[in-house]
Amino acid sequence: MFRRLEDARADISFSFEGREVTARPGDSVAAALLAAGLRSFRATPVSGAPRAPWCMMGACFDCLVEIDGVASRQACMTQVAPGMRVRRQRGAKALESDPAAETAA
Amino acid sequence: MTLTADVLVVGGGIQGCSAALQIAQRGFSVILLEKNGVGRHASGVNAGGVRRLLRDPAEIPLSVASMEMWLRIEDLVGADCGFKVSGQVAVAETEAEFATLRARAEMVASLGYAHEELIGRDELYRVVPALAPHCVGGLIARGDGFASPYHTTMAFGAAARRAGVRVFEEVRATGFARRAGVWHVDSSAGKVEAKFLVNTGGAWGATVAAMLGEPVPLEAIAPMMMVTAPVPPFVEPVVIGVGRKLSFKQAPNGSVLIGGGHRGVPDLAGETSSVDFRKLVISAQTVATLFPVMRDAQIVRTWSGIESRMPDDIPVLGPSSTEEGAFHAFGFSAHGFQMGPVTGAILAELVADGGSNFPLAPFRITRFRENASVAASGQ
Amino acid sequence: MTGAYDAVVIGAGPAGLAAATLLAERQARVVLVDEQPAPGGQIYRAVEGMTARQPELFEALGPDYAHGDELVTLFRTFGAEYRSQSTVWQISPADGSDAAHEVWLSRGGRSELLQARNVVVATGAMERPVPVPGWTLPGAMTAGAVQVMLKSAGVVPEGMVLAGSGPLLYLLAGQCLALGARITAVLDTTARANEQAALRHLPAALRGAGFGYLVKGLALKLRLRRAGVPIFRRVTDIALQGTSEVTDISFRSRGRPMWLSADLVALHEGVIPAQQITRSIGCVHDWDAVQHCFRACTDAWGNSSVDGVLVAGDGAGIGGARAAEHAGRIAAAEVLRRLGVADAAGRDALAAADLRGRAAHLAIRPFLDRLYAPPAAILRPADAVMVCRCEEVTAGAIRGVVQQGCLGPNQAKSFLRAGMGPCQGRMCGPVVSELIAEARGVGVEEVGYYRIRPPLKPITVGELAALDVSGA
Repeated sequence: MFRRLEDARADISFSFEGREVTARPGDSVAAALLAAGLRSFRATPVSGAPRAPWCMMGACFDCLVEIDGVASRQACMTQVAPGMRVRRQRGAKALESDPAAETAA
Repeated sequence: MTLTADVLVVGGGIQGCSAALQIAQRGFSVILLEKNGVGRHASGVNAGGVRRLLRDPAEIPLSVASMEMWLRIEDLVGADCGFKVSGQVAVAETEAEFATLRARAEMVASLGYAHEELIGRDELYRVVPALAPHCVGGLIARGDGFASPYHTTMAFGAAARRAGVRVFEEVRATGFARRAGVWHVDSSAGKVEAKFLVNTGGAWGATVAAMLGEPVPLEAIAPMMMVTAPVPPFVEPVVIGVGRKLSFKQAPNGSVLIGGGHRGVPDLAGETSSVDFRKLVISAQTVATLFPVMRDAQIVRTWSGIESRMPDDIPVLGPSSTEEGAFHAFGFSAHGFQMGPVTGAILAELVADGGSNFPLAPFRITRFRENASVAASGQ
Repeated sequence: MTGAYDAVVIGAGPAGLAAATLLAERQARVVLVDEQPAPGGQIYRAVEGMTARQPELFEALGPDYAHGDELVTLFRTFGAEYRSQSTVWQISPADGSDAAHEVWLSRGGRSELLQARNVVVATGAMERPVPVPGWTLPGAMTAGAVQVMLKSAGVVPEGMVLAGSGPLLYLLAGQCLALGARITAVLDTTARANEQAALRHLPAALRGAGFGYLVKGLALKLRLRRAGVPIFRRVTDIALQGTSEVTDISFRSRGRPMWLSADLVALHEGVIPAQQITRSIGCVHDWDAVQHCFRACTDAWGNSSVDGVLVAGDGAGIGGARAAEHAGRIAAAEVLRRLGVADAAGRDALAAADLRGRAAHLAIRPFLDRLYAPPAAILRPADAVMVCRCEEVTAGAIRGVVQQGCLGPNQAKSFLRAGMGPCQGRMCGPVVSELIAEARGVGVEEVGYYRIRPPLKPITVGELAALDVSGA
């Protein structure tokens, strides 16, 4: 589907669903994942249908992923950083449980 | 060309649609004029709270009767309106606020009502586990809930049409005269003649009243709402603030609706309004404080709608003081949505029977003039 | 930073760069705000430093792209303040200060508030939505998206099918060929009727810069043919096949049913003005029947209907990158007049060359607009086609609510949640307006468009709660 040009060095790494992915400094998360052969980025909250980037310019919001624990990040608008943990976004965003609220209950 | 009907209803919000429906059910022919579209303003864009909790004592009998109608809303309008009984709970963050709630609970009980129940800290956190740990108790109405405001108002409009009401949207009433027991009303589309006139004009209700020679001190306001992207279910009842302005609820699709009193900027002439993010910052701070789990939730949309409030925060509801055959129902002061069903029933009583079984004296249109004359007499 | 900016320029494409450069050159206090990590917009995306970084790619992207390098260099030379990776999420009237507007923006999860005497909206265009069956499947992208991959990451498509019409389709094909990429096919949806309609405007298109554009277009097509890329013409009925991703594409060419195997399909039916910001500010928009889109109304200088808000570039009507660059300088000259730095005569002198330049680059538009007018099946797709990608609402559902009495897009939104998802109607808005107009039998201008509700892009509750509004 996509291929990196030879002079576009991929020399930083991050993870997607626990797997290591290499990227070039300055890549967006979306570009790096597409270059690595990823097809589906997320499941929609309405029907669970698979989706991937459509516009790559921040308009369509179809590239939403979870980055370092924060859901609904636009993969095409976020630059890759070494060690970044990216996960597929499944349906509705999960709220992290708050320890304070638990002790209160 | 002149259209005729027994009753002309001016204003196609929930009060007007409910009135038109229930008047038509009594066998009258009805025309409804709406200057924009049905549900365009406050009725379509409010928070959707179906609440008896913390109502003004004058409103309690009406609100309680209205709730009975909500419980069989599908029988009335043929749609479920997204109505859910979720409970509504007012949260006290301090002992002083809790004392206020306690006094309130006692007052409501003394009037003979049992729908508001004081709950302590343990029960509060059982009902709303996600609440920040500093709260001390609450006042709950377990039978209260919420509905989808736009779908509800549209359902009332559709039911009215099915009951034979002729609904004209984008038609503005411009002049009112009563001659020989008949109302002659000018509109942007032509003349209407009707025996009875019902003013459910919402924020524009005072304009109509002024044309009948009975001006009232109505203030246009623009309550604001914020909605977040869907999050997993974490709060069942509608949560309202006591010491700060907040109304907080999670919709069935998971999105969280945040409202509760901070106001945007109304533009009555332009028939629009705009949000004021400086005040939404305060709403966000309130939410982040009361529900720490919400800090990462994304605000996807905010909006405001044009509503009106009266100086005493209860509506004008009852007969005109200057004209025969005219009735008012407006100025619900940002909590009229739940009252929609009963308001229609009351207006139907007034038109059909010439009076209502509900205690309407507190809502009389003359009350502001009485106060003014008392003040003017040096009281 | 306190105090008001003379101008906040939004968008670092050709219009925004040119506006900010001229304003900085004339010592105005200007800030350029942009969502991307580097200046250039989509058209000159990642151009800065590419000659040194990726010379082969720079060469392949061609001389029009290389022009962006000069523009960015000039921008850097005059040193306008520049905020990258910053998203404007609300613009509201200022109260009680010498600023006219407040610009609310987010960077790295933190929001702040800027005061602006003038706002220059240079947010350009977006690709027209291409609602065909299967357009939501992974493997379907816009041609612009594929080009962004090329420019920003040096990633080329292999075995792509390009489908649609418009200059970008052939430009992208040429760029991919120059980089040695294999193209499975080009499916050209341009109808014969379009060519006939365009022909009348050919003489005018030869004027100004038009001749150059025409030569470039013909050269690109010739290059494709020489490279042996199959080009299917008079294509209709495109459908992307696959269950979890695109596996094949079916279509008709000159009426004959055909299919191809493809895992990547780039769709393109031209570009339309990005309306989100100008709509949310309350600028008057009108319907451009030739370009089939709404656009912010402006005077010749870029002034919108809202005082102190100027629109420069494609947002005020599609004219292309070079016209946008001229429009940026024209708007900047008007801002200088508004600031009192220049009088009307000074502004006119300052903008004279750019007014001529813009006219020269616009000469070809009437021809192009007719030649690449989008097919009806894209503007108003069949019932089964998904229109709102976020809330998964079909064209049939939109037509259905019109039968129930829905008069406009805002009611459709309330009925169906169309336009209420994370993209906030950017993808479905143009189509929903068209569908309602068709079903009601009235013009699109009468039906109107979604009311745009802030924030323009989502912000978290925590970010809003942390916003300091006191010092602004």
